[in-house]
Amino acid sequence: MISGAAYVVKALQEEGVEYLFNYPGAATIDIMDELYKQDMVKVILPRHEQALAHAADGYARSTGKVGVCMVTSGPGATNLVTGIATAYADSVPLVCLTGQVDLSLMGNDAFQEVDTVGIVRNICKYAITVRDRKDLGRILKEAFYIARTGRPGPVVVDIPKNIQKTMGSDAYPTEVNIRGYKPNETVHVGQIKKACSIIAKAKRPLFLLGGGVSISGANVLMTELVDRTGIPVVTTLMGKGAISSRHPLYLGNVGIHGGYAPNVALTDCDVMISIGTRFNDRITGKLSTFAQNTKIIHIDVDAASISKNIKVDIPIVADAKLAIEKLLEYLEPQDLKDWPSQLQELKEKEPVTQSYIEGLTPERVIQYINDHYEKPIVATDVGQNQLWTTQFLEVEGNQQLLTSGGLGTMGYGFPAALGAQMGNPKARVFAICGDGGVQMNIQEFATAMHYKLPVTLIVLNNGFLGNVRQWQQLFYDKHYACTNLLMDESAMVTRESIDNGEFDYVPNFVQLAEAYGAQGIRVTKIDELEGAFKKADQFKKGPTLIECIIPTELNVMPMVPAGKSLSDMILKDKK
Amino acid sequence: MLHLEKRCISAYVENQIGVLAKISGLFAGKNYNLDTLTVGETEDPTMSRMTIELTCDDLTYEQIIKQLNRSVEVIKVIDFTDMAITKKELLFIKVNSCKEADKQEIFRIAETFDLQVIDYNRKSVLVQCVKTVSKNNDMIALFNDMFVNRIEVVRGGSVAIEALSTADK
Repeated sequence: MISGAAYVVKALQEEGVEYLFNYPGAATIDIMDELYKQDMVKVILPRHEQALAHAADGYARSTGKVGVCMVTSGPGATNLVTGIATAYADSVPLVCLTGQVDLSLMGNDAFQEVDTVGIVRNICKYAITVRDRKDLGRILKEAFYIARTGRPGPVVVDIPKNIQKTMGSDAYPTEVNIRGYKPNETVHVGQIKKACSIIAKAKRPLFLLGGGVSISGANVLMTELVDRTGIPVVTTLMGKGAISSRHPLYLGNVGIHGGYAPNVALTDCDVMISIGTRFNDRITGKLSTFAQNTKIIHIDVDAASISKNIKVDIPIVADAKLAIEKLLEYLEPQDLKDWPSQLQELKEKEPVTQSYIEGLTPERVIQYINDHYEKPIVATDVGQNQLWTTQFLEVEGNQQLLTSGGLGTMGYGFPAALGAQMGNPKARVFAICGDGGVQMNIQEFATAMHYKLPVTLIVLNNGFLGNVRQWQQLFYDKHYACTNLLMDESAMVTRESIDNGEFDYVPNFVQLAEAYGAQGIRVTKIDELEGAFKKADQFKKGPTLIECIIPTELNVMPMVPAGKSLSDMILKDKK
Repeated sequence: MLHLEKRCISAYVENQIGVLAKISGLFAGKNYNLDTLTVGETEDPTMSRMTIELTCDDLTYEQIIKQLNRSVEVIKVIDFTDMAITKKELLFIKVNSCKEADKQEIFRIAETFDLQVIDYNRKSVLVQCVKTVSKNNDMIALFNDMFVNRIEVVRGGSVAIEALSTADK
């Protein structure tokens, strides 16, 4: 007989949990005491529950394992909410344990009581309160199973304090049988054959790859399929890395900030084979004009993602890897005439680039990473920094680019990078953030120092909340409402002001990094980049912040204005 | 442009705290229009069965079925669209401030339309009506017309089951 608290720890050990991202509180103190007595599960203490969830998320995305969180009841749980929703939107497997007040107190507005399950029900894959000690083992076993199988996602297990104190069996279940949850583990061969006969007849076929390819670990098989068939590839933002971005048949990202060639390909193809994407509004632009004359084959493990936004011709409910294996059985090399080369020419003619802009640009910063690091892990924040990274970063495979694509959560990048570094101690890990988002979890410098995580945090500082500002510039008559973060709200960062050293920003990021004992470097010119990165490479006792000052009115281009069709894209910034 | 249609779904769900909130929350959160939802324990006490009536277009309907199916708490979804079913709703109509003539009228209506008078006192009569939702709507309209501002209505929402030899649709 062991206590519920001891049992939780035993379950974590049985599940092979390497790291538990934990913030303490009264409702989990019993479990923490049991954790204290063992060293199989390493306990990490971030400095805020939101960051904690993102760290577990970064760990999960970069390792393919389940990320595990534990927080206390009430505010601990509510702070976790953004992280849960972030993981849900991007299909990241998390198990989140939340402490809860005694069952007998629930509903009484007890101290630090909220209806956690009620709050998270619509933003996670599954949520449940443990109401009986004898159900604890089954629920925990099921939580890990549900989180990692099918379309992965976060699972919340709410554990009242009295359950933690109740004695019960120590046997951990060996099998899972949930009558309402049977993830699809097969492929409908008839549908695959139908798809293949359409693909074989296509004159302008195109692969549209989403995050599902990487989640299922199908990157190598996918590359083989592309090599075999010669069919060009475009990706969604989440799909980048589905095949190497350096592959000769890869055109780039599609969507409202996608490249010209990929979006033309999407509009002109006659057969679209989309795998692991849900045709989110950021991909399609105006729905009524999206891929009007195209036959769409849609492969997704989640039946609900198929025909949700776009009516498809051949739906195939299957894990991407299984489906790609089957496609490899049936698809032969195809004669596509000059379709691939036409698209490549278009890509070269209208590249996604900032090379026409002088001085330090996000592209040049990211290019340095492309040129000097082999398979780095890069986490982004949200906004322009994210869009630039997903445009310019070369990605070789899965578990390498971590970004909040679905929910678009500011504050994600830095803690996600820390989680990724823990899961991949040998990897070179970067976080690329804006000056806005990085302040949403800036306290994680303490965590990074504490655990000696040599992450390089790049802050692209333009003094503004850039993505919203870009919209204000282009569609709201330059009414920069609430987007200026400079001390002087009428000021703006220009190439001239950078050269003159006029940059009045709060906080001073370099000094802030130094206050934590971390390394802080400010870069304003291209030729300072190399020195900064070299210093970062050498600094091992904690993170290095490289603050890159860039002009305010530098935009993410190309872009498709809201509500417009993909063919209405704006290609370049006006000079 | 979108063709809205009335639909009926039956769903076996786990008989647990929070499952009703999960399903109704799914409808609210995804902006699905719910007409009626009834739920009760089945022959197996670990399971409940829901009857859900809704009005939506084909595409939304397909999504709703899929979203229900992917919920861990939902064990089985039965789409009644192309099935013969028996479907009834329990309706109570209480008529207040009744004079003797009103009471006689109510008994006459009950006999004509096969309703049951299940309770009454000096001033009021309680009528029970077990029919399809649309027939119940007709009954409410009739009572409303005859006993203006004097009726009280409680309705239970449809319950439906696969038909054997005779069906409601």
